Amino acid sequence: MTDQTDRTVEQHTYDVVVIGAGGAGLRAAIEARLQGKRVAIISKSLFGKAHTVMAEGGCAAAMGNANPNDNWQVHYRDTMRGGKFLNNWRMAELHAKEAPERVWELETYGALFDRTKDGKISQRNFGGHTYPRLAHVGDRTGLELIRTLQQKIVSLQQDDHKVTGDYQSHLRVFHECTITELFTTDGRVAGCFGYFRNDGRFVRFDAPAIVMATGGVGKSYQVTSNSWEYTGDGHALALRAGATLINMEFLQFHPTGMVWPPSVKGILVTESVRGDGGVLRNSEGKRFMFEYVPDVFKEQYATTEEEADRWYTDPDNNRRPPELLPRDEVARAINSEVKAGRGSPHGGVFLDIASRLKPEEILKRLPSMHHQFKELADVDITKEPMEVGPTCHYVMGGIEVDPDTGMSSVPGLFAAGECSGGMHGSNRLGGNSLSDLLVFGRRCGLGASEYADGLGALPEVRSGDVEAAIERALLPFSSATDGGENPFVVQLELQKTMHELVGIIRKADEMEMALKKLEDIAARTRTVSVEGHREFNPGWHLALDLRNMLLVSLCVGKAALERQESRGGHTRDDFPVMDSDWRHVLLVCRGLGEDDVELTRKEQIPMRPELFDLFELDELKKYYTGEELGGHRAGQGERA
Amino acid sequence: MSHWHHFRVWRGDADGGELVDYPVEVNEGEVVLDIIHRLQQTEAGDLAVRWNCKAGKCGSCSAEINGRPRLMCMTRMSTFADDEVITVTPLRTFPVIRDLVTDVEYNYVKAREVPAFAPPAGVAPGEYRMQQVDVERSQEFRKCIECYLCQNTCHAVRDHEENKAAFSGPRYLMRIAELDMHPLDAADRRDLAQEDHGLGYCNITKCCTEVCPEHIKITDNAIIPLKERVVDRKYDPIVWLGNKLFRR
Ligand SMILES: Cc1cc2nc3c(=O)[nH]c(=O)nc-3n(C[C@H](O)[C@H](O)[C@H](O)COP(=O)(O)OP(=O)(O)OC[C@H]3O[C@@H](n4cnc5c(N)ncnc54)[C@H](O)[C@@H]3O)c2cc1C
Ligand code: SF4
Ligand code: SF4
Ligand code: FES
Repeated sequence: MTDQTDRTVEQHTYDVVVIGAGGAGLRAAIEARLQGKRVAIISKSLFGKAHTVMAEGGCAAAMGNANPNDNWQVHYRDTMRGGKFLNNWRMAELHAKEAPERVWELETYGALFDRTKDGKISQRNFGGHTYPRLAHVGDRTGLELIRTLQQKIVSLQQDDHKVTGDYQSHLRVFHECTITELFTTDGRVAGCFGYFRNDGRFVRFDAPAIVMATGGVGKSYQVTSNSWEYTGDGHALALRAGATLINMEFLQFHPTGMVWPPSVKGILVTESVRGDGGVLRNSEGKRFMFEYVPDVFKEQYATTEEEADRWYTDPDNNRRPPELLPRDEVARAINSEVKAGRGSPHGGVFLDIASRLKPEEILKRLPSMHHQFKELADVDITKEPMEVGPTCHYVMGGIEVDPDTGMSSVPGLFAAGECSGGMHGSNRLGGNSLSDLLVFGRRCGLGASEYADGLGALPEVRSGDVEAAIERALLPFSSATDGGENPFVVQLELQKTMHELVGIIRKADEMEMALKKLEDIAARTRTVSVEGHREFNPGWHLALDLRNMLLVSLCVGKAALERQESRGGHTRDDFPVMDSDWRHVLLVCRGLGEDDVELTRKEQIPMRPELFDLFELDELKKYYTGEELGGHRAGQGERA
Repeated sequence: MSHWHHFRVWRGDADGGELVDYPVEVNEGEVVLDIIHRLQQTEAGDLAVRWNCKAGKCGSCSAEINGRPRLMCMTRMSTFADDEVITVTPLRTFPVIRDLVTDVEYNYVKAREVPAFAPPAGVAPGEYRMQQVDVERSQEFRKCIECYLCQNTCHAVRDHEENKAAFSGPRYLMRIAELDMHPLDAADRRDLAQEDHGLGYCNITKCCTEVCPEHIKITDNAIIPLKERVVDRKYDPIVWLGNKLFRR
């Protein structure tokens, strides 16, 4: 057993270290290995259990299998619209162009997606996507994705085994290992430090290139679809290493989480329910979404139930049902209905698929939803409606990166997947995350490999930094924290603060109060104390995760207070409309010591002209200021 | 609508341990994992347990509840009588690390030994064509969430540490079957199932199928067809049966 005070540190050296074994991390590791690098993959949970496993609906890629009119330009436009034009357009462009190849590649690793009649990959409808675009396997697409990537890792290890006699000689998974510190030397990445969860021993990885793929931050909220892993570690580690975060005010509240029983509150109900025909009703039985179509989307959405219903079979001649508006719109609508007293018995609204599809169809298309409701809520979704309400689901904000290589502002530090920022702007479309993981996971793997190749001498980890990391990790056991609080108590308070004061609808005075409370929570986080030993001790683990949750919450709170408009996953009660003057402004967070952040503004780079011209001027007018529209083709006559 | 329940949770590590009694409050709609979490947040801050999704999707929270291998997050408290004592112990087949957490490395080692999908020669990415009916058989097995409940239950290894080297367990025999039934896999996997993964150890008791939370018909749909294909090709059924009996 590791003694509480044992300061031994196991040491490893790699070319590329990937922190995170979800879709983004695994795809990055595969690429780096294919580039000839020695690669380590690190994850907090067991290999194959990362959050990606929970994704249900599908992976968006404009393959055009279900509707031949689909192509990357349409996908690009949908993504930009979904993000309210605040997206990093270069990322959105790369994503739309490369997603199909990344999905097809999965088939060469052994993935088995559902098929169309002509044997191609089947694609389903989802909110905000013009055409059926999501490659899927029933409603367990994330499982297929992660298992496929996991099995590809194994296959690469088998190749190495043939040469070296050791499966792990060039690609090794260190699971149940939590990274608590990044090391930089002269401003460049030099390595990282952490502990193994099972026995608490310390470990350091010396590496010139590190890919962050740690996922999201939802655990800072009371009601969330996210697991214990989502404590924003990657966001916080990057901040402390000197990198910047952008867009942290934008959080996606998924419109449909379970609301009952209390113990499962927040667990996701996939959007596929609506994509496959499910409708939302209030306590009066009314399909209320027709009342909530915002002006910018008026042309694309049906105004009557009849038209909406026709769309499922004849999408070319009818407009989409408003249940399939982007998530931010649907979440706000549900929130308003509940507030107006038209909610369901447990404070949500009704999601009805039972009256829309035959039981066999429901069982075939939504097997895991059927199972989930049956087992956890005693509801048979083939017979009764579900009760649903908003749940904190996805963070659009994250580490600011170069779109092409994935490198952050710290040389050697890369980021992909949910912990990176920019791609989704102010709101992510469903299905665009799984494809994001593949596209930018691969790009980061490449970027990290090229960076490592181009580096002369390797940056050396300073021994003082290692000592400091040990000190910080042991702090919750030390006498300095005697009489400190139970970390679970502080966590609950943090979650409550964020949920109540920086939640789905925000107000200046509430956010100011939240920031005050966070200051207090920061002080308490420094002194939380834990009992026992270092062997699989959840209290200790949480004590260390807490400081990341805190830092991330500060970013969300500060950025949300600063942005005086409503856009995507940021809704201000006191500034209820979208303001074009804010569209081109990015809010950037930088770390200040262990538990504070500073916020600055930055101008968004204008979109490349040929991408700008993919939109009609009339649409752009809804988002852009007058001056910004000068470059559009409509203003310049025909272009050659 | 809360009431009190008597919980007994195994606490300890590789060196030994014991069942510890906890009276706990249970609210409407809760599952066993909720109760374990409540214990963590109150009187047992260092109680070790694995979990992720809390919705039966990740396969992390496997344990034995009143002796039955189950997912803690999918076991509702309402399935027990009010006065029933609920005993939670770690999976028996794997070495304990601490409390309810076991060392499941065996499974990762076995996973590494199953030769990966062999892509068909001359078919470019994007050109794969398969019919839904043909992928469905393997898709059933790909529902596996790797909870290892089947691995834990199979009597060939449950109390037979010595068989672990030669026998990969139902999960990985099923993986071989999955690849064997993949419409485009280019490898022949029959010898390997028998020779490297111990297919012969399985005497189709179906205990694995019974505990699978994904309701995968492991024995009927994966293992038996695999045995039939192996027999077809190479083994005289009588000789094969003899071998198997001899082994036991
Ligand atoms: C219920 C649910 C359903 C969803 N459905 C869809 C969908 O249908 N389509 C879609 O596109 N998106 C969906 N999403 C979103 C999508 O699944 C996630 O955004 C995505 O999987 C994140 O992948 P990732 O690779 O960035 O991180 P993850 O898969 O979350 O992996 C993070 C990894 O980082 C590791 N890690 C974290 N911190 C540390 C640390 N300090 N040290 C070491 N390791 C660490 C974790 O252990 C884990 O391995 C869904 C999300 C949820 C919650
Ligand atoms: S059917 Fe075979 S693999 Fe399954 S439990 Fe019985 S012996 Fe083990
Ligand atoms: S086959 Fe079933 S029981 Fe076995 S690991 Fe997979 S999901 Fe679990
Ligand atoms: S926590 Fe994921 S299966 Fe129980």
